[in-house]
Amino acid sequence: MLVFIFRRLLVAISVAITVSIISFMLLHLSGDLATAIAGPESTADQVEEIRVAFGLDKPIIQQYFSWLSSAVQLDFGRSYYFQDTVMDLISERLPITLTLGALALGIATFVAIPLGVLAAIKQDTWIDRLALMIAVVGQAMPSFWFALTLIVVFAVNLHWLPAGGNSTWMHFILPAIALGYYAMPAMMRLTRTGMLEVLGSDYIRTARSKGLSETSVVFKHALRNAVIPVVALAAVELGFMLGGSIVIESVFSLKGLGQLAWDAISRNDYPVVQAVVLIIAVFYIALTFVADVINAMLDPRLRVR
Amino acid sequence: MSQTLSNSTSSSPVSALSGPEASGLPVVPEWRRALNKFLGHRGLFIGSVILGVIVLAAIFAPWLAPHDPYVQNISQRMIPPIWHEKGTWEHILGTDKLGRDYLSRLLYGARISLTIGLTAALISGVIGTTLGVLAGYFGGRTDAVISYIITTRLALPVLLVALAMAALVGGSLEMVIILLGLLLWDRFAVVARSTTQQLRDAEFIASAKVLGASTSYILIRELLPNILSALIVVITLEMAHAILLEATLSFLGLGVQPPLPSWGLMVSEGKAYMFFQPWVIAIPGITLMILVLAINLVGDGLRDMNAPEGRN
Repeated sequence: MLVFIFRRLLVAISVAITVSIISFMLLHLSGDLATAIAGPESTADQVEEIRVAFGLDKPIIQQYFSWLSSAVQLDFGRSYYFQDTVMDLISERLPITLTLGALALGIATFVAIPLGVLAAIKQDTWIDRLALMIAVVGQAMPSFWFALTLIVVFAVNLHWLPAGGNSTWMHFILPAIALGYYAMPAMMRLTRTGMLEVLGSDYIRTARSKGLSETSVVFKHALRNAVIPVVALAAVELGFMLGGSIVIESVFSLKGLGQLAWDAISRNDYPVVQAVVLIIAVFYIALTFVADVINAMLDPRLRVR
Repeated sequence: MSQTLSNSTSSSPVSALSGPEASGLPVVPEWRRALNKFLGHRGLFIGSVILGVIVLAAIFAPWLAPHDPYVQNISQRMIPPIWHEKGTWEHILGTDKLGRDYLSRLLYGARISLTIGLTAALISGVIGTTLGVLAGYFGGRTDAVISYIITTRLALPVLLVALAMAALVGGSLEMVIILLGLLLWDRFAVVARSTTQQLRDAEFIASAKVLGASTSYILIRELLPNILSALIVVITLEMAHAILLEATLSFLGLGVQPPLPSWGLMVSEGKAYMFFQPWVIAIPGITLMILVLAINLVGDGLRDMNAPEGRN
């Protein structure tokens, strides 16, 4: 098991480095950064000045290594647009996105697991079909549109919750629902198939034949085993949600990492864009690593590979 | 040499005996059985009908649209749809803030969504399938390298990278197609790799090798047709994925640019009016959802038809 963890850790770290190279190269090769920063009305001299000032005249490999060596010390340079260091901006915004992600995951889990269990116990009844329908519709709904609809219904018409901002915990409810809905279908389906599999297994038949109550069989014996892969999936979904929060944050004007990325992208503030892409990727890599370890603890066959 | 391993032929004797439709008839033609299976699967049937209607609407948009989707008419701004008390038959789904006919824009918007969905899925399909087949067939070091590429791709936040690139290169229909095509190949690669691994040691591959067929012949003529049914399912899923991402990019202003009637762009343009005229975002949003839902239903249905035992 330790060997497995160690090997996976090595892969995770090298993937993180590759991602940093790719995100760096993508941004540097897809256009002339100096021209983009200087803006359309600048003269050739000004562009040259900016190129030298930001070190963009040096060879790209050299630029990458100087960026990476400070990045591993959590120094991502200064923002071109905001009068602040990139790290200060990120440490100010990251807690908001993490709160949003954790809440969204909480809501998704809170709905997905009971619904999945219910769908499995009542297999092929209307409850099962309803759960499937919620999942199928959830996968088809555009997130920005769902978020806007939540605002129109719950903020504008019902006045239950605020439409945007992040001053109180109430401001996080609608965004968390909007974001969490996308993690829900996959988790629900996995809970359902896991429960169906476990409920058909020998040890559940034994538990039943011992005369244990159905509640005890379902919740104490079956769910405990069916839920572990769902926990692993939840970790991966959290990683996806951090990347997808850019849409939700822009709709609800939550000042999180996604909004920061959005501001930076629309203002050609590349040090910020690079840092955010890398941080979100690192979070995702770390969370998938956790998921891999959970799954390997569960299924020893996975450790061999 | 009939060596097709596709489910429709290999499992047919079994399903002919056990299927309810075959009870009285000794001989059921192949296509009839496929048709019955198709009609019997409710999701697949409903999904195909809806998708078919949307595709036809997109193809015949110039004839179906009551107005030019680009012509502005300031005196006819924000007319509500027909079910609203102030609606008119002149503009069945109303007009937008520039007085353009909403139904006509919606019909032309279907062209954008379908074009992007299909072409992006095809580009990513070619990339992903190539990588996956090579990894699955050769195994060893090739597999290790390609698996590493797949893992790295999965770690990249698609939306962020697409937005950042679109901001640099400038958003347009072609850019969106290329960007999504280059980003969404991961699932193709994963599926192609695992299905190829399962078939690599199959007898028909071995016999082709013995007969002296070249590797490229084996991969393209023997292997590819047999993993195609699995890949078609992925095409539908990635089409839906690409359509949603295009709408998101356009909504954020970095995808398809105005005045093109992308559905995501229509939602974004209607955003300022949604409090008092909620239909301006409801109409394009629901249409988008129905299209994606139909594609997903077709994909799920095709998967069930490929593997009836895996229906749960």
